[in-house]
Amino acid sequence: MHPAFSVIFFTTLSGAGYGLMMWLGALALLQHGGLDGAPELSLRALGAGLLASLLLVTAGLLSSTAHLGKPLRSWRAFSQWRTSWLSREGVMAVLTYAPALALLAWLLALSPERAWPAAWPALAGAALSVCALLTVACTAMIYASLPPIPAWRHPLVVPVYLAFAALSGAALLGALPGGSGVGRVAAWAVALLAPLTALLKWRYWAAIDRQPLPASRGDALGLPGRQPSVFERPHTEDNYLTREMGYVLARKHAAKLRRIGAGLFAGLPLALAVAALALPAAGGALMAAAAVSVLLGALVERWLFFAQARHVVTLYY
Amino acid sequence: MREHAPTEPAIDLSPSPGDEVKTTTCYMCACRCGIKVWLTDGKIRYIQGNPEHPVNQGVLCAKGSAGIMQHYSPARLSKPLLRVGERGRGEFREIEWDEALSIAAGWLGAIRERNPDELAFFTGRDQSQALTGWWAQQFGTVNYAAHGGFCSVNMAAGGLYTLGGSFWEFGEPDWEHSRYLMLWGVAEDHDSNPIKLGLGKLKARGAKIVAVNPVRSGYGAIADEWIGIRPGTDGLFAFALIHELLKADKIDLEYLVRYTNAHWLVLRNPGGADDGLFARDGQGRVLCWARGPHPGPLPQAGEGAQRSPSSAGPQATDAAPRPSSPEEPPLPPAGEGRGEGRAHPADAVGISPAVVGEYVLADGRRAVPVFHLVAERYLDPQYSPDAVSERCGIPADTIRRIARELAHAAFEQTVRLPIAWTDAHGREHAEMIGRPVSLHAMRGISAHSNGFHTCRALHLLQLLLGAVDTPGSFRYQPPYPKPIPPPNRPGKQRQSNGTLDAAPLGFVHGPEDLVVDASGNPRRIDHAFSWAYPLSAHGMMHSVIRNAWAGDPYKIDTLMMFMANMSWNSAMNTRQTMGWLTDKDDNGDYRIPHIIYADAYASEMTAYADLVLPDTTYLERFDAISLLDRPISDADSACDAIRHPIVDAATQPLQDNPNPRDVRGFQSVLLDLGARIGLPGMTLDDGSPRYRDYADYIVRHERAPGVGLLAGWRGEHGELEAKGPPNPEQLQRYIDNGGFWRGHVPEAARYYKMSNRAYLDWAQKLGFLGHAEPIALQLYSETLQKFRLAAQGHGAQQPPAQHRERVATYFDPLPIWYEPFEGAQVEDGAARFPLSAVTQRPMFMYHAWGSQNAWLRQIATRNYLYLHPDTGARYGIDDENWIEVESHHGRIRVQAKFAGNVQPDTVWTWNAIGKRRGAWKLDKNAPEGRKGFLLNHLISDITPRGDYANADPVTGQAAWFDLRVIIRKAADAGEETSQPQFEPLPGPAADDRPLRYGVEFRKRR
Amino acid sequence: MTALPPPSKKKLGLVIDLDTCVGCHACAVSCKEWNTGGIAAPLTDERPYGEDPSGVWFNRVHSYELAAEPASTGCGGGGDAAVAAQPAMTLHFPRSCLHCEEPACVTVCPTGASFKRAEDGIVLVDEDKCIGCKLCSWACPYGAREYSPVEGVMKKCTLCIDRIYNENLSEAERQPACVQACPTRARHFGDLGDPDSAVSKLVAERGGVDLMPQLGYRPTNKYLPPRPRRAEEAAAPAPQETLDPQALPGVLRWLDKVLSR
Ligand SMILES: Nc1nc2c(c(=O)[nH]1)N[C@H]1C(S)=C(S)[C@@H](COP(=O)(O)OP(=O)(O)OC[C@H]3O[C@@H](n4cnc5c(=O)[nH]c(N)nc54)[C@H](O)[C@@H]3O)O[C@H]1N2
Ligand SMILES: Nc1nc2c(c(=O)[nH]1)N[C@H]1C(S)=C(S)[C@@H](COP(=O)(O)OP(=O)(O)OC[C@H]3O[C@@H](n4cnc5c(=O)[nH]c(N)nc54)[C@H](O)[C@@H]3O)O[C@H]1N2
Ligand code: SF4
Ligand code: SF4
Ligand code: SF4
Ligand code: SF4
Ligand code: SF4
Ligand SMILES: [Mo]
Repeated sequence: MHPAFSVIFFTTLSGAGYGLMMWLGALALLQHGGLDGAPELSLRALGAGLLASLLLVTAGLLSSTAHLGKPLRSWRAFSQWRTSWLSREGVMAVLTYAPALALLAWLLALSPERAWPAAWPALAGAALSVCALLTVACTAMIYASLPPIPAWRHPLVVPVYLAFAALSGAALLGALPGGSGVGRVAAWAVALLAPLTALLKWRYWAAIDRQPLPASRGDALGLPGRQPSVFERPHTEDNYLTREMGYVLARKHAAKLRRIGAGLFAGLPLALAVAALALPAAGGALMAAAAVSVLLGALVERWLFFAQARHVVTLYY
Repeated sequence: MREHAPTEPAIDLSPSPGDEVKTTTCYMCACRCGIKVWLTDGKIRYIQGNPEHPVNQGVLCAKGSAGIMQHYSPARLSKPLLRVGERGRGEFREIEWDEALSIAAGWLGAIRERNPDELAFFTGRDQSQALTGWWAQQFGTVNYAAHGGFCSVNMAAGGLYTLGGSFWEFGEPDWEHSRYLMLWGVAEDHDSNPIKLGLGKLKARGAKIVAVNPVRSGYGAIADEWIGIRPGTDGLFAFALIHELLKADKIDLEYLVRYTNAHWLVLRNPGGADDGLFARDGQGRVLCWARGPHPGPLPQAGEGAQRSPSSAGPQATDAAPRPSSPEEPPLPPAGEGRGEGRAHPADAVGISPAVVGEYVLADGRRAVPVFHLVAERYLDPQYSPDAVSERCGIPADTIRRIARELAHAAFEQTVRLPIAWTDAHGREHAEMIGRPVSLHAMRGISAHSNGFHTCRALHLLQLLLGAVDTPGSFRYQPPYPKPIPPPNRPGKQRQSNGTLDAAPLGFVHGPEDLVVDASGNPRRIDHAFSWAYPLSAHGMMHSVIRNAWAGDPYKIDTLMMFMANMSWNSAMNTRQTMGWLTDKDDNGDYRIPHIIYADAYASEMTAYADLVLPDTTYLERFDAISLLDRPISDADSACDAIRHPIVDAATQPLQDNPNPRDVRGFQSVLLDLGARIGLPGMTLDDGSPRYRDYADYIVRHERAPGVGLLAGWRGEHGELEAKGPPNPEQLQRYIDNGGFWRGHVPEAARYYKMSNRAYLDWAQKLGFLGHAEPIALQLYSETLQKFRLAAQGHGAQQPPAQHRERVATYFDPLPIWYEPFEGAQVEDGAARFPLSAVTQRPMFMYHAWGSQNAWLRQIATRNYLYLHPDTGARYGIDDENWIEVESHHGRIRVQAKFAGNVQPDTVWTWNAIGKRRGAWKLDKNAPEGRKGFLLNHLISDITPRGDYANADPVTGQAAWFDLRVIIRKAADAGEETSQPQFEPLPGPAADDRPLRYGVEFRKRR
Repeated sequence: MTALPPPSKKKLGLVIDLDTCVGCHACAVSCKEWNTGGIAAPLTDERPYGEDPSGVWFNRVHSYELAAEPASTGCGGGGDAAVAAQPAMTLHFPRSCLHCEEPACVTVCPTGASFKRAEDGIVLVDEDKCIGCKLCSWACPYGAREYSPVEGVMKKCTLCIDRIYNENLSEAERQPACVQACPTRARHFGDLGDPDSAVSKLVAERGGVDLMPQLGYRPTNKYLPPRPRRAEEAAAPAPQETLDPQALPGVLRWLDKVLSR
């Protein structure tokens, strides 16, 4: 599949944004839901985190409209939530703004004398966490629901998307200003999630390397069992299909890129997270570096997610 | 989620397909299908096939469907052009028509006064030879031809000198009844939609289709069997089939003696002036040997053996009969033991003619029936499947099997139609019995230097099977069959008013018809009808430019061409051709002083004209698709058609130039020019033009009293068919009828046309035949033998010494096979140039002119050289490598592509996809120019030995497919450009913004 | 909208006979020609006269080579030293929308622009709603959806819905442009939901197949596979008389033949 940068940016950035929201929401729930000993998320960190995640999510969504032929009509995309994961994603993405803004409003309006329902931050946090999670799941399902692209149909696609969101969210969490209270949690999360994500992703890659297309060229021509080879394409030059679905990445390059990607989204962040745990003083900076690394790694991973996915229509070409 | 039955948007299911619909004839190729053109707001909304039309019955090919883009092509010409820069640079000044016509009339008028032969008028792939040939005749130049000489004259001549009809688009397989079809070297053909319709029918019926072709493209793809033959060896394959059929006695002798010259007696008088001519009686009637008691009174009994001085053969002054030579096979004692026989006019009925044996005529001459010679020759072991297998690349078992299958289909699957008919001799038959075997052949046979004989070999095969114009077999399309050879001979004598005695093209019957001077040298600039190419019935367009440049046999003043891309894909030896067109003599004058060219588009050729006459598109003019030219008939009906202006050219400007296009139909321009220079036939007594324009000519011109270009609705009120006075309303009647006329062949006349009383009478009535005599099909060609005798030193007209051996060799009265010249003449050729290289017609593209079409060019924006993977491996070439291809003549650089559907000693490419940069208003970096290529750069216009045109020695047919090459990996593999490249033609490319054709129709709704 | 309607009784579609298709591209071009002025107008072409031209086509004709089936013999004239082994055949394959029964291209559409008609099962795009997200083209295994970057919307075969019901056309011409044009008549149009329709009978008779049925899209269009190639007619007899051409003159066997003219 053609790796369109608008879509890659969208999924990486919004993934990180929703990941951060998941963490923020969860921490808010824990902290304001009355759990003793919950990690202390400073209001400053929460505010910065919310702003950062909203920024990421919004940038991602805007970037995704660059992929559209008719961006001005994108409002129509909310209508088909009953069948379409893309529509569901859109709906969820918009819904997610509600708890995020609710939490932000609470934060901005926060002064001891103003009485907000005590459950407000906890409920908003819970909702935020759930919505963010669902949005990422919907994004993943857009891909995971397409039978013609077996690499995307793979059962690990949704977990990997969620893992990436959680990982990049965690790294960002650790990098938040005034976030020392959750710094350790974030560092621990990165230290655990990085290898977990890498493991999932390696398993995914190994699986798609072995996975054949669900049909042969013979099947595509209605002649199962025969072995057709291409004599002439319908047109000698490229067309929408060959450009969009016919993108093929040489295996050699893929292997290299996978190593680079894994190093960036898992190896380096893991090291940095361990360092952050060891050197709490430099924690923020180290986690910021980890966040950058995860995001870069995720971009590579996402690019590969497209570039390595074969669409069955390529059987015709 | 099905429960939520959604609401659907409202769709207009019945939008108007157009404000109006007009019927006319397609011109995107020579097939000439009927089309319906829908117009909306004066723009073409849609072109569809006309279901009523006899040619295409509603279907439409890719080219025809892309007619919109041809009509709106940005490469259309819009005004007459006068050259300003050097010739070939493509620099012009737009001029008015008056200036253009007076310049042309100035040149032409002077020529006509001086010597009309100084005009060479050659037309390309057009279909108005009924006009252009007549015009040349009125002008008085012998130097006229159309493109047939480089196209398929071998097919036409091979057929017309054998069957009086031919493959090409003059005959067709019996699509309704055939059980077995062999396609020989056909990729597309002129009859493209009828053939496809027919193949669909055969397929639906489960008939077997065999494709004989080194390449398995379109038609071959759906064939049941593909015989990947080595190019140029079809004659051998046919002989091996004939050999097998003769051996198994699977031949239709009854058919042969009834409809062919199988029983005609051929004189055996080696060295004599009458050797090999038919034995004739005192009245010039050809004789046969009739055996057994004759059932009835003989018409001219007793006279049979007298020779007559009026016999058609050359004078036989030195014709002392000689005994047969000792190495001849022992023959039965003539007449002895079977002595009841006697010589008898061969066309008599009720006789039992002998088909073998040597007989002594009353005057002592010895003669054998034609069939005897046929059997003798092709039973020879040199034609056995085992002997030819390796050369042809076909396993001997396959050849034997095909022979068996042919015999089986012909003799075991006989078709009987319950149609009573009467033969030419008045005998009545209750049914029509047929041999359901059809052959169809085209340029794969034709475009070789042995093509004429190969074509005759195929006809011989058909005839032996009794499979010509019977139910299930090959069928004639009226006005064919014609007498053999057709009666019209090439014009060559100038009359007092300066016109020629006949149209310049025709059929040579013997040496006396050649267009040569007293010493036997060519009189035509293309050397057609000379001793070098005696039966060049369509002229030799491929040798005009070289000869005009060389002044061979003389210098001409003006080369006028119409619709032929002669500086590109229509030329062999393209690079030098461009050189000849621009070469100057010592005085600095162009060696070809004037070039006038009529094209509708900015082709490669327009750059080489001094004066460009812009034609209209096919939707903007009148045209006649005349029975006098290349008819569109089918086997069951005679048809002709017109084109008429669907839109007015003046309202069809170019995209980037709002001025109306100021273009004129070339045919009208030709009549105008003729009137300006006062040509007979085109002027009235007071010197004023006789015809307003071509439309007026179509209606009012009479070739012979009552015979004009169109056969339909003649007579004052349109009540007559084929013959009758002009009808002023004729064109309107055609328009009302969908643009065509169709005259059905009476049912009882639909088969055995060569000897069917009802057909012969009908054809005579319609003027297709001068007389209603039956036509005996010619296994053995006496015309050819006359030339051979001349070459052996007999007769008044004899070839100059340098041509004698050639004429004697290639004018064999029975089909022969010889190695194509390019393979035979290059020293060490098999090692140096081991591969054959051929082209295929792409079904979706018409020659040069398809690439300007925004839709068609997307299908093949460039071409590759296809080769078998094994061939690639043999030459160290990988798939998609850039390679060098070299012939004895030149070298090109192209991209290779592997394809298994080709005979491994053959490489191939699509024809004419490669374009010169800058031509056709394409971007200068368009893949057509940058990566596409022509094989033509490798094809020499002369033989390797340099003594003759690269052509068939009998007909002069250009031998495009004789090409032999070697391939190797190109050195600079990274360079993705084809070679040769020429300087791009100047001028801006077309507007390359997205083409949103049709958006306006949607808006209107 | 992108929910699917209950299965319709009428299932309009095409039947394409691969045994007869010669790969002439007539269907592809006539399709382009009709539809570029039809309800899906225009079928935009980019760089029409330039480098790398590219346009919207609802129908594209592919060409393949099919290796010989192990069981089949007698094709291609191969098998002897005189000619190398050849693939059994060249196959032309026109590809357009199959108007699937379970079209994921419809259900993935976020806007409702894609829909399957309840009445006859035709799958269409409502270009006024389409946002050009291209997801439907990803969801189509058959490559039947064509995006135009210039128009910004998705396009596809309309089954010539503006022809097949068009009352301005004569009844005989109410068929898709590609079917009307096809010179070999390898394309057939009709109601595949009706077992008695001509197309359904053809499919039954010739063993028409679905493309990639395992993907579960349940195409309406059917393809008729190439028939087994007819090699030698079983009945073809060996030469009755074998003649030894060495023993000259063989021609004499016809000496006593009594023929009548
Ligand atoms: N290598 C190779 N070369 C070949 C062949 C081959 O098989 N292999 N085939 C040969 C054969 S058989 C042929 S017929 C030739 C054909 O080759 P070309 O002569 O190139 O034939 P076309 O492309 O048909 O058209 C010639 C010209 O007609 C112009 N034209 C088109 N429509 C009109 C019109 O309405 N009016 C006027 N005035 N002009 C118009 C076109 O613009 C073009 O310039 O190619 C020959 N060359
Ligand atoms: N679409 C389309 N239709 C056209 C044209 C066009 O340009 N495009 N051009 C028209 C014109 S001008 C012409 S002349 C006709 C030509 O019509 P065809 O003769 O059908 O066209 P070609 O492509 O020249 O086909 C020649 C075939 O012969 C094969 N061949 C080559 N050498 C040999 C051989 O030695 N033996 C055998 N058995 N086969 C051989 C080639 O592989 C090729 O398949 O088509 C006409 N129709
Ligand atoms: S075969 Fe095609 S291009 Fe030729 S006349 Fe017919 S429709 Fe037109
Ligand atoms: S072929 Fe593709 S576009 Fe057509 S209905 Fe099926 S899935 Fe949809
Ligand atoms: S591109 Fe258009 S039709 Fe396709 S899924 Fe997106 S909105 Fe629907
Ligand atoms: S049915 Fe109509 S839209 Fe579909 S491929 Fe055929 S011509 Fe094109
Ligand atoms: S028009 Fe018919 S024969 Fe030609 S490519 Fe299409 S389906 Fe095949
Ligand atoms: Mo031709």
